[in-house]
Amino acid sequence: MTYDEPAAYENDGDLHQRLIAEVLAAYPDKTRKRRQKHLSTATDVEAPATEEAAEPLTECDVKSNIKSIPGVMTVRGCAYAGSKGVVWGPVKDMVHISHGPVGCGQYSWSQRRNYYIGNTGVDTFVTMQFTSDFQEKDIVFGGDKKLEKIIDEIGVLFPLAKGISIQSECPIGLIGDDIEAVSRKKHKETGTTIVPVRCEGFRGVSQSLGHHIANDAIRDWVFDKKDVEHDTGPYDVNVIGDYNIGGDAWSSRILLEEMGLRVVGNWSGDATLAEIERAPKAKLNLIHCYRSMNYICRHMEEKYGMPWLEYNFFGPTQIAEGLRKIAAFFDDTIKENAEKVIAKYKPLADAVIAKYRPRLEGKKVMLYVGGLRPRHVVTAYEDLGMEIAGTGYEFGHGDDYKRTGHYVKSGTLIYDDVTAFEMEKFIEGIRPDLVGSGIKEKYPVQKMGIPFRQMHSWDYSGPYHGYDGFAIFARDMDLAINNPVWGLFKAPWKKAA
Amino acid sequence: MPQSAEKVLDHAPLFREPEYREMLARKGREEGMPLPEETKKVGEWTKSWEYREKNLARQSLVVNPAKACQPLGAVFVAAGFEQTLSFVHGSQGCVAYYRSHLSRHFKEPSSVVSSSMTEDAAVFGGLQNMIDGLSNAYTLYNPKMIAVSTTCMAEVIGDDLQAFISTSKQKKSVPEDFDVPYAHTPAFVGSHVTGYDNMLKGILEHFWKGQTATPGTAINIIPGFDGFAVGNNRELKRLLDEMGVEYTILSDVADQFDTPSDGEFRMFDGGTTLDATKAALNAKATVSLQEYCTQKTLEYAGTFGQETASFHYPLGIGGTDDFLMKISELSGKPISASIEKERGRLIDAMADSQAWLHGKTYAIFGDPDFVYGMARFIMETGGEPRHCLATNGNKVWAEQMRALFASSPYGAGCQVWAGKDLWHMRSLLSTEPVDLLIGSSYGKYLERDCNVPLIRLSFPIFDRHHHHRFPVWGYQGGLRVLVTLLDKILDKLDDDTIDPGVTDYSFDLTR
Repeated sequence: MTYDEPAAYENDGDLHQRLIAEVLAAYPDKTRKRRQKHLSTATDVEAPATEEAAEPLTECDVKSNIKSIPGVMTVRGCAYAGSKGVVWGPVKDMVHISHGPVGCGQYSWSQRRNYYIGNTGVDTFVTMQFTSDFQEKDIVFGGDKKLEKIIDEIGVLFPLAKGISIQSECPIGLIGDDIEAVSRKKHKETGTTIVPVRCEGFRGVSQSLGHHIANDAIRDWVFDKKDVEHDTGPYDVNVIGDYNIGGDAWSSRILLEEMGLRVVGNWSGDATLAEIERAPKAKLNLIHCYRSMNYICRHMEEKYGMPWLEYNFFGPTQIAEGLRKIAAFFDDTIKENAEKVIAKYKPLADAVIAKYRPRLEGKKVMLYVGGLRPRHVVTAYEDLGMEIAGTGYEFGHGDDYKRTGHYVKSGTLIYDDVTAFEMEKFIEGIRPDLVGSGIKEKYPVQKMGIPFRQMHSWDYSGPYHGYDGFAIFARDMDLAINNPVWGLFKAPWKKAA
Repeated sequence: MPQSAEKVLDHAPLFREPEYREMLARKGREEGMPLPEETKKVGEWTKSWEYREKNLARQSLVVNPAKACQPLGAVFVAAGFEQTLSFVHGSQGCVAYYRSHLSRHFKEPSSVVSSSMTEDAAVFGGLQNMIDGLSNAYTLYNPKMIAVSTTCMAEVIGDDLQAFISTSKQKKSVPEDFDVPYAHTPAFVGSHVTGYDNMLKGILEHFWKGQTATPGTAINIIPGFDGFAVGNNRELKRLLDEMGVEYTILSDVADQFDTPSDGEFRMFDGGTTLDATKAALNAKATVSLQEYCTQKTLEYAGTFGQETASFHYPLGIGGTDDFLMKISELSGKPISASIEKERGRLIDAMADSQAWLHGKTYAIFGDPDFVYGMARFIMETGGEPRHCLATNGNKVWAEQMRALFASSPYGAGCQVWAGKDLWHMRSLLSTEPVDLLIGSSYGKYLERDCNVPLIRLSFPIFDRHHHHRFPVWGYQGGLRVLVTLLDKILDKLDDDTIDPGVTDYSFDLTR
């Protein structure tokens, strides 16, 4: 079997339902009632197939984007993490101020692996931690004066910074600071782009609202603020929602360029402010992480009439589909180029599968990640002969779960905002061959003797996007699963017993 | 095509391949970035004395600080008690951050819960979150104790932990007699070392308040916030056992942050037992290994008539000598011959290697006590700790550092930088360079910018594995620090002389 054929495996939906019942039984009543809405198994879609090609396989019917329950050990982060950590932080030629106490900026410093090219500290600033380091007096008297001073000091010490964003931490909204007024005043004085972002951590229920607020800040504080000089072309596209983790955006861009497109903006991995500003002049927005940046795509569609297209660059099946879908928007030259690109990389993809599939065939995977990956990586695993037993989102919405139905099979365990307790029980019950999740999940899972890959940071590897990335993805899943260490857990004298 | 199935290239080599270089060059031309000449000019300027003066004149902006916020320290110290779950009251994102931060350093699980307060709680207060949260945490995770601390959100809106916990108990979230110590840990006061102090004091208060102490013979030992706690605490216990001292470590995270892989995930492992914590009230003395982690706690212990003493991260000869002599004095137990032999072995090693260390210059950054202890040891090797920086160091610490410099000829010309950050350090290293930099992983950007080799000996260490499993305290720990310094120096010498036909004359086999 090759990756051209659909993956054939079945999930044990009954087992998964039993596991859900078991974990729910452990909760206090009030919590059980709330949690049960977030746990389910994918069910077959019964509606007759329409002419539309993209009919979902299954329905993943869980409640989502609802407040986490206190004390259950949610994995979720906050709005600040969504804005500073995800959307704004990677914009490389701006200084992003973590505005408030020191911790938020410290813990998120250099942790998302948004690769970029630049001279850090001189013309780029991504792997630095700028903070207003609030003290008690700032809480009592307000931090606006301090913020003004900080903006002045950035002007002196970092003259090549193209702009400043102010990433609000919890206290800002609670003490009534007016960071918008400061931004307007300082922009008037200096002409520098200054973007206040109201991403206080207590807003919303997860990182997700932070993405939205960050998107809105681009709309309100960046777009249409200057005359943008930019030579446009017929093949100009923006890549939206690729944060260049481990170089993902680069291994994607190389394919888009090969098919004759010109990527004029990459949001926001390795991005410059200029790339953000000129984005509305492109022909098409290509969106990878729908969850974190659909808002700005919808805005550009409304305001500038720009269409947008979701695509998936994980694994050869989806990459080929994505390239064709993108090419369909353009003329025959681009369409032919897309076919050439697919043909060019087919031997690589085939060789990767020939090498790794025999080592990975039939291995069960459980995923629990953020924005797009709980669904987007599914087919990449299946290209390698692996099976997805369960998946879920930290901060997905209903539209994410709806889209997940296009990827997962009936019976797949679906868990939204899963708690550490549930995850451990699900893993114990399913005993998957691999878990893909985050740093907080990595070590508990590994101690249970189950191979693990961080699927936020690519576990310090990557890129995983594109054909070049798929080879690395396959290698990494193999090295995780087939490392000899998992066979050493039991002491031999215990085995004998 | 750069990629192949036979030899898979990941990010490090992949993007050096011609196809990617060309692509990145193309992108570079369209990014609207400054011209290379301009970047070069400004880059050079950022390393000048003029820039240094502007940089040191900064009053409000903080860039690359070497400190974290209070709740991190609270979560750390609570992890050192038997089956104790930290419950941080406030926004949930903070808890995700502390857990990640600790896991990235220790390569271990870090289990902490949040009360997940959101906008409505910001308006009405987080009482209901506390009531539900304690009940859920207690039911799901079966802790023996829940240690409550706060994020800055809960502090700004003024939630009252004592009242909330007592209401939660009335509402039967946890049994009335279940231990729920607490501490207010505002992120806008002090740093993670302050949070350690506050939470530890909160735990002791919970068990000791209203009791009368009956002084005994045991000694309480508080290790403080320490990235090397796994190795250090075990070494500490070994030394105390060797001497036959009766002691209680207050907050021992060694096992919690070093659980085995045998198929079972232990959410809790080891730690100071609650009984021992209660009994610690009747100790003869409480000794802190890090003054700045324990100022309030020691004061509190002192109110029960306990003797108190504190040290600055005792490593090297003098630091360990002082600590052991104090323990000996308090316990009446002599420093054993075996330990004396260990001391001799460390000195033997220092003597063997002194030529490579003498006169080397260093910059050191980290928590105040670490910087002090490290600088002291460096001077014992004949090295000069030229720049000593603690972002969370205060004026009193700066005075202590100056007194330390004054105690040795190797301290002449050494400067202390209290409250400064690593962007200040960049200016210091580019205007007054040193041979070696000692600090945490965050120092790697200084290593790159200022071409100074980084020695990772302080929290957090994210990009090297398992260092923390070995001690740096005591004479044996000193030996490890010594070897680490020497390896860096000699590896660098090899790197500098590895070019055949150019520098091969110094590429010596024996040194």
